[in-house]
Amino acid sequence: MRIREYSTKGISFRKFLYILPFMLLLAVFAYYPLYGWVYAFFDYSPPIPLSKSPFVGLQWFRSLIENQVKIDQLLQVIKNTFGMSGLGLLFSWLPMIFAIFLNEMKAVRFRKFVQTVTTLPNFISWVLVYSLAFSMFSSEGIVNGLLKQLGLSDSPILFLQNSDHVWITMWLWTIWKTLGWSAILYIAAITGIDDSLYEAAHVDGATRMQVIWNVILPSMLPTYFVLLMLQIASFLNNGLEQYFVFQNAFNKENIQVLDLYVYNLAMGGGSYSVSVAISMLKSLISVVLLFSVNGFSKLLRGESIV
Amino acid sequence: MRKAVQVSPTDKMITVLIYVLFSLFACVCVYPFYSIIINTISANDISARGDVVFYPRNIHFQNYLDVFKIPGLGNAALISLGRTVIGTLLTVGASAFLGFMFSQEDMWGRRFWYRFTVITMFFNAGIIPWYLTMRSLHLTNNFLAYILPTIVAPFFIILVKTFVESTPKELQQAASIDGAGTMMIFFRIILPISKPILATVAIFTAVDQWNSFQDTLLLVTDSKLYTLQFILYNYINQASSLSTMVNLQNAGSTAIASLATEQTTTSIRMTVTIIVVAPILLIYPIFQRFFVKGIMIGAVKG
Repeated sequence: MRIREYSTKGISFRKFLYILPFMLLLAVFAYYPLYGWVYAFFDYSPPIPLSKSPFVGLQWFRSLIENQVKIDQLLQVIKNTFGMSGLGLLFSWLPMIFAIFLNEMKAVRFRKFVQTVTTLPNFISWVLVYSLAFSMFSSEGIVNGLLKQLGLSDSPILFLQNSDHVWITMWLWTIWKTLGWSAILYIAAITGIDDSLYEAAHVDGATRMQVIWNVILPSMLPTYFVLLMLQIASFLNNGLEQYFVFQNAFNKENIQVLDLYVYNLAMGGGSYSVSVAISMLKSLISVVLLFSVNGFSKLLRGESIV
Repeated sequence: MRKAVQVSPTDKMITVLIYVLFSLFACVCVYPFYSIIINTISANDISARGDVVFYPRNIHFQNYLDVFKIPGLGNAALISLGRTVIGTLLTVGASAFLGFMFSQEDMWGRRFWYRFTVITMFFNAGIIPWYLTMRSLHLTNNFLAYILPTIVAPFFIILVKTFVESTPKELQQAASIDGAGTMMIFFRIILPISKPILATVAIFTAVDQWNSFQDTLLLVTDSKLYTLQFILYNYINQASSLSTMVNLQNAGSTAIASLATEQTTTSIRMTVTIIVVAPILLIYPIFQRFFVKGIMIGAVKG
């Protein structure tokens, strides 16, 4: 009897008061920054406070496309963002393949070792990745030392200053850092496959590739689909750190993604208002993207992803 | 029992290929760490010639003593350690408590506040609006800026909530009948049974805190609050002046400058790199077994 009493007891306001301090923290650190968008509508230049800055309406938004130079600059940044996010999307199946073939290795200890070792880079910061990159690939780095010793090149190759293949090298570093980690979800999915499916395949005389193609791959597609949708939703959010640490005077033109461009504009150039205007557009488009992929997922699989 | 499959030549080739490719990738993942470690403990002049490739030569540990002569490094280590310990404790505590509270169906506005929390994973104002508002809250050059914004972590709250909801309801009901209040239930029942998931949360938070770079970059100009990550970034760009300084200090105290232990730009940078990465490398084998479990629970929708 008393148990039922517990479960039908009325609404507890006190319990809400317990979480209120945390909700306030969230309001301050997750919601209040949205108020920062007002800077986009003022002619703000520190140290003059916002309250004394003149209201300029949509001037900064218009200024983004007011002349060819600015249009070209913004286009280049958008091109970089699309290029690097596009490469990521194009190879979004890599972790899945990684997991499938990792699972094909029958030497358990070796497989565990490979999994452990390839997951490690995910847990170091981009600053550390850059430091490793610098040690390996700078003009005095290990790779150049090796090339010199082998007599393959006299003058050091400036890998990090190269501006020709920035998209690909950035993509490669991302793969190096995240491939093993991204495969974990798929590895878990493979472990969850019902043994009877394998047995049925063997009875039918399926070869190894046929098992992979007809049994393993289909069971992983739902996971792949969800992750792909999430990746599309964050198409514009490359993040700042990786590109910030790898940027230098030589590769700047090709490495500036939206996040880095916004940072450079504000913290490097002091153009806070323009930077906030771009930030704002970017966030709005990202939300639209998220809703779109969510709607698409509902339509296709009858299931929302967020 | 699974029947032995007939091994065709193509199958054999695939097997060999798989082993070769994975071995290569494993090497690519490990070698950068390994090569830097062996270079920092080899004689610096041999290392500078690029002669340390597969194994250390003329082993010494002077580099690790010398780098702490760089002003600021010890302090940065303390700041990094401080934010990791305090930040992790608070985030784990808050995630445990909020995860538990959001599982309380009788809480006023539960559905709304849960959505209010979770939705923040999917949007952000952008770094510059964030920077500007943090500045208006006087959180620039303030240690609290490392701690406060990360306390409420939606993803971890979902993890704990999912976990708490998977435990038998009767535990809480029995305690409630015995007269235990919400807080008592949290401390006496939920905390002890949630240990596995809280360990996962703790490890992820600690790694995030230790690796954090962007908040220092945006919010801190006071060198007393620099973290190891930030100082490492600065060192990569200006290690030459630092090596000169350490060498001058050493010359003053011992008057013997051996080529093997004389600091070079590269030796300083590599040694600091190893110091910054060491905590991750050391705890990695321990926490490695936690994260598969963690991410699996996380894959369940909140």
